Amino acid sequence: MTQQTRTAAPTASPYRPAPEDARRLMINRLKRMNWAGGAAGWVWLVIVVLPIYWIVITSFKPQSTYFSTNPLLPPTSPTLINYELVIRNNFIQYFLNSVIITVGTIVPAVLLSFMAAFAIVRGGGTRFLKFSNSLLLLGLAIPLQAVIIPVYLIIIRLRLYDSLLALILPSIAFAIPLSVLVLSNFIRDVPKELFESMRVDGCTEWGTMWRLAFPLTRPALVTVSIYNGLNVWNGFLLPLILTQSPDKRVLPLALWTFQGQYSINVPAVLASVVLTTVPILVLYAIGRRQLLSGLTAGFGK
Amino acid sequence: MSTVAPPVATRKQQSPAGGGRSFSLNWLVLPALVLFIGFGIIPLIGVFVLSFTQWDGIGEIHPAGLDSWMTVLSDPGLPHALYVTFVVMIASWLVQTPLSILIGVFIAGHQRYRAVLAVIYFVPLLLSSAALAITFKALLDPNFGLGAGLGIPILVQDWLGDSTLAMGVVIFVVSWQYIPFHSLIYQGGVRQIPASMYEAAQIDGAGRMRQFFSITLPQLKYTIITSSTLMVVGSLTFFDIIFVLTAGGPGDATRVLALDMYKRGFQANLMGPASAIAVILVVLGLVIAQLLQRLGGSDATASQLEGA
Repeated sequence: MTQQTRTAAPTASPYRPAPEDARRLMINRLKRMNWAGGAAGWVWLVIVVLPIYWIVITSFKPQSTYFSTNPLLPPTSPTLINYELVIRNNFIQYFLNSVIITVGTIVPAVLLSFMAAFAIVRGGGTRFLKFSNSLLLLGLAIPLQAVIIPVYLIIIRLRLYDSLLALILPSIAFAIPLSVLVLSNFIRDVPKELFESMRVDGCTEWGTMWRLAFPLTRPALVTVSIYNGLNVWNGFLLPLILTQSPDKRVLPLALWTFQGQYSINVPAVLASVVLTTVPILVLYAIGRRQLLSGLTAGFGK
Repeated sequence: MSTVAPPVATRKQQSPAGGGRSFSLNWLVLPALVLFIGFGIIPLIGVFVLSFTQWDGIGEIHPAGLDSWMTVLSDPGLPHALYVTFVVMIASWLVQTPLSILIGVFIAGHQRYRAVLAVIYFVPLLLSSAALAITFKALLDPNFGLGAGLGIPILVQDWLGDSTLAMGVVIFVVSWQYIPFHSLIYQGGVRQIPASMYEAAQIDGAGRMRQFFSITLPQLKYTIITSSTLMVVGSLTFFDIIFVLTAGGPGDATRVLALDMYKRGFQANLMGPASAIAVILVVLGLVIAQLLQRLGGSDATASQLEGA
């Protein structure tokens, strides 16, 4: 609108919009503004930011002055002492455990799901493939919480209790259904002519899968990896039930035990929260788009 | 990647004939299928079977007929847990849905500042439930929390020590965690509404409100059903956040079904009754999802019941 008035001023031609026109435009625009949405938007911003802001500033305050200062003001002399305490409590080890189970889950889960999705799309709908597909779709309806007791039993019988593999295997299994759904939808969109030309060139299905479908499916593979990665990284129930010893602890569980131990040392507890979240925030900063599309992967619009 | 790929055993059968090809393709499903059956389908059957047994979680498993079911169904703890679960389900739906729609519509706009705000909105999605629960526990602490620090009396309450307040806190924290996710779904839904509908409405002189109620909401019908299904079925499985925040307390004020199952199974070592509750959870989830889908007519997303 500023543009309009600016260009209009020097010409002074009969086409110049009258001032009333400009005002009406303004009023119209005000009317068209989404007041309810806007208000909700800004209020929600405060509700989201306030706790996050509080976590971050408090984690840099020494415990001694934490209580005597205004909780909403940043610390006058920021300290890293809380972070030191957290790291001294073996968080490096827990961090590594989390990395191991996350990578150990998403790499096989995504590769196996990709192979399955490829077969389901390209297999020409044999009865076995159709059956597999509907079985996997059924998996979307199984909540992990509801089957945790038999999973626990199976892990015990496999003598895997209290190992990182005990976390990885069920995590892979529960990542597969949604991954197959998303990936097979994606592979279905690859033009048939491309597959056809690969075949004419004498490429096997196995070669077609890795040389054609895999690179073309990359965006979906990234999406699915992120979605599963976030689930595993933040998962709490499986580690709670399937591990026991401190050296097998992963971050969410470590947070919980740390909080139990140092519940009065609020800045230290919050430092542990910040420390476990930073890696995901970094990922968020790098690949926000993929991450967000990963989160809604497979949910129909 | 292709260098890693070992030649498949069925090389000879790679003739264009359909039979050979699908034979080798069948094998590709197997690894995923085996893992999924092992840790998904078998446990699903297993939980039904275990609900007819007696097991302390360590020793031998003994068949026990209907004992567990009798115990669970005659225990006043079950109706209470069901009641708490439904309160959480309905209240969190009532809080989340209108807010998610409003925010979804808001961030569906293409203005620059909205995009920036959206970046911040989604941060709660990245935090683990454990981290979130711990944060709010500290934030609401009557002695060391934000209220005490600021000296605002109304904020200095025993938030997690009073039954009603604790329930309120649980619903607030759950909403805080999941509203961004549902806003994201609604954002996608709103962006799919054709702009021409709004243009037509504008020519007809419909105001903002009128447009929202006559175009946006009806067009979002399927999005609302998808989001509600995820919300409602997901709320059945709230575990970590309540476990860390209140551990079901005070008393059993926030002891939802999933928590009831955990406590019976892994704290009281009564795996039989705990399995019975797990069965109830599965059945409830399926029934509610079916009802919601029925409500909105058939939809391909019927089975999107991730324990979100």
